[in-house]
This record gives sequence, structure tokens and C-alpha cells, in this order.
Amino acid sequence: MKEYQELKFEEALAKLEQVVRQLESGELTLDESLKLFESGIVLARICSQKLDEAEGKIQLLIGEEGERSAFQSEEEASL
Amino acid sequence: MQVLQVRELTQQIKAALDNPTFQNIAVEGEISNFKHHSSGHMYFSLKDEYSRIRAVMFRSRNQRLTVVPKDGDMVVAVGSVGVYEYSGDYQLYVEQLYPQGMGLLSLAFEQLKKKLEEEGLFDQQHKRQIPFMPRCVAVVTSPTGAAVRDIISVARRRHPGVNLLIVPALVQGQEAPASLVRALNLAASQPDVDVIIIGRGGGSFEDLAVFNDEALARAIFSCPKPVISAVGHETDITIADFVADLRAPTPSAAAEMAVPNYMELIEHIGSLELRLRRIVVDKVRHGRRYADQLSNSAALARPIDRLRPLKMRVDELWERLSFSAGQTVERSRRDLEVLAAKLDALSPLTTLARGYAICTDSSGRVLTDYTEVNQGAEVAVQLKRGVLTCSVLKGEDK
Repeated sequence: MKEYQELKFEEALAKLEQVVRQLESGELTLDESLKLFESGIVLARICSQKLDEAEGKIQLLIGEEGERSAFQSEEEASL
Repeated sequence: MQVLQVRELTQQIKAALDNPTFQNIAVEGEISNFKHHSSGHMYFSLKDEYSRIRAVMFRSRNQRLTVVPKDGDMVVAVGSVGVYEYSGDYQLYVEQLYPQGMGLLSLAFEQLKKKLEEEGLFDQQHKRQIPFMPRCVAVVTSPTGAAVRDIISVARRRHPGVNLLIVPALVQGQEAPASLVRALNLAASQPDVDVIIIGRGGGSFEDLAVFNDEALARAIFSCPKPVISAVGHETDITIADFVADLRAPTPSAAAEMAVPNYMELIEHIGSLELRLRRIVVDKVRHGRRYADQLSNSAALARPIDRLRPLKMRVDELWERLSFSAGQTVERSRRDLEVLAAKLDALSPLTTLARGYAICTDSSGRVLTDYTEVNQGAEVAVQLKRGVLTCSVLKGEDK
């Protein structure tokens, strides 16, 4: 399951969709189904994790060297 | 005095006209004597109160006109003066024709657009894909305008966790194009930036014209990261829009294009997970049916009591799979493995393990009646471990 962690969000999502389709197509043994089920659940977790990964920072680039400061919009500043 | 041939004089006049005063110039005037010849070329005169000049617009040029000109139209013609040697007429060879009053900015816009288009800067093949889930979205615009406010609020609404980097630039006035180019390059050099929005809110045509700058267009074209243009309103179109990887009709729309919708994605993932669970629940339900069939099967002749706990266990598992959303992967897997093991307990292999054997004839047919083989025939006896090859000594109905 470790290799899944390396995937980009959209890749993990595509993989999850593929797993679901594969399971829904039937024709699998119970054991194969369980394996797919397990990787599907792991992929779903990874997708949710990746969605929540971003920190939600809003910054202002202030210098040519890439220096940043927290950005305050005018409304926030005037509060 | 040297005596010239007519041809030589004409050549010299032609050469005299071949200087910047007469090449690639814009002339305004009224169209008269307009003729659209069957060859596709357009012949007309441009005139004002005092003078007139003959003009021709060849088919290859006039095909791009959206409106066919007519006598009386006030136009600006862009082209070069040349000589038609055969008749000795000088005339304007028109490359482009615009309605008068379009203004110099529009004219410059059309010319730059044509030039860059011919160079291939707008070609679809150069458009880069906008990343699905950017780590950081850079916003090149004025940090105090309406555009930045709209972009932040839309981006936040779609995905509260998205990282935004505001890269300040002037968005109006003479300094604006150079400032935008600098900010764009700076934004592109930030390692965490995956996509760049460049734009400003609505304004006059002159205000928005800073996005019609050639250097800015080239900077967008050669930017190593995907660029979304977001200038003014839906109806405002600038050169930056043509060269950008994606054109957003407004700054808010740009934020929608750059930032994925968190709620939609969470719901999508949730529904996929639900489908996964449903499939496994179905499998278990199917297993339960199989267990039912086995318990009713006389062939196995097992005491029904021994199956009862198993059936209860399957029922219980089914309930849990259907209704408990919070269960862990490990648990469902373990439960299902237990179930699989129990189902397995009913298979013929387990029967063999208890000391029963399966006897088949040479064709592999399972023997259930002593009359199916003759004395001396060879039969195979499948045990839990291995197969015995035996010959029949005697058969009788005990």
C-alpha cells in the first residue's frame, strides 16, 4: 500500500475508480475481491488525506528573492 | 541626359516607394467605386474631401473580413503603397481593413493579434494542462483590487485548504505591462507554485489594454508553469487571453478553474467507498445463500445444528457491513476471512480431511454405485493427501 502514498491526488482517485469498476464487474474470487476491497479502502483514505493536506495559507510575495508575508485583504485589515 | 525605358522608370518609382513612409501604413478614408471581382479580389478607392487613392485587397487578405465593405463606409486601411506596372498606377495594397473610429488601440490589438497568431503563439498544441490539485496558486494582480478579493473568496469557498500566493503587480498605466511581466516571472520561479492566475477586474478598454502588450504575451507564452488569464468581464478579450493556457471570463471564474471543489470531491470519494462496501456486502450475502444451499443439501448430511452458528455469524457480518460505516479495513478483512474459512469448512476438501475419500474411474467420473465399475477395473481414490490408484477386486451391494 506504500506505493499509493506516492500517487498524486488525481492518480489515486483514478485508481480508486478503477478498483470500484473492477470489483463491480464481478468475476472475481472472494480472495481477489477482498484484496481489491482493501486497496480500495486504502485509496479512499489516501484521497481524503491528500484533499486535507493543503494548509490554506494566503501569502503575499514581497521581495524579488521570494520573501513572503501573510496576506491581509483590505477588509480584514480594516476590521 | 540618359534616356530611360518606361520599364526602367517604373522600376525606379517602385524602388522609391519601397521605404517606410509608404510601407505598412494605416490610411483612413471613405470607400468608393467598390467592386468585388469574380476572382475574389476587391477593388475600390479611398477618398476624403480632397483626394483619392486606388486600393486593392486581394482575396487571400479579404477572406478574413467579417463584413464586406461597401461604398460610403468610413474605414481605416492598413497596407502598403505599390505600383501596378502595367498601367502605371500607384495604389494601396490593403492587408487589413477596419471600421473607422475603432481607434488606434484596437488597431494595435488587431495587428499584434495577427502577428502572434501567425507566429503560432496561440496554437492549441502549446496549451499546458491546468493541474488538478495545485499545491499553491499564484495570483499575479493588484493586491488591492476587486480581482484579488474575488479570487480569494471563490478559492476559499471551493477549497478552504488551498494555498494562495498573491504576487503584486501594477494593472494599469504605462508601467503595468513591465510590472506584470516581472511579477509573472517571479511567480513562475516559486517552486511550490503549480499554476498562475494573471488578471485584473473590469475597466475601460484603455485599462484592459495593458494585457495587450507584446512582451507580456511572450512572457505568458514562455512561462514554465500553466497560466490562466482573467481580465475584466466575460466580454473583454485581450491578447493575454489568447496566449494563456486557459482563458477565464472573470477573475472569479479563474479561481474556479484553478481550485478543485473540496465538497464535490469528498462526496465523490465517499460514494466510491460506499460502492466498494456494497459490493463486498453483496459477496457476503451471496456466501450466505451458498451456506443455505449447503445446509439443505442431503449429500453432506451434516447435522443442521452445526450450521446454525455459522449462519448467524454470516447474518451478523452482513448487518455490520451494511450499517457500520466506521469499521476499519482490518476488521472487515478479518471478519470476511473468518467467514471465508467457515464457508470453506463446507467444501469437499474438508470432508476429505475428515477421512472420507472420493473414488473416480479412469475417465475421472465420480463413482457412487458399485455397478459403475467392473471387476479388475482401475480406479483412483482421492484422499486428503494424494491419490491411490487401485484395482477393483470385488463389487457387491452391501
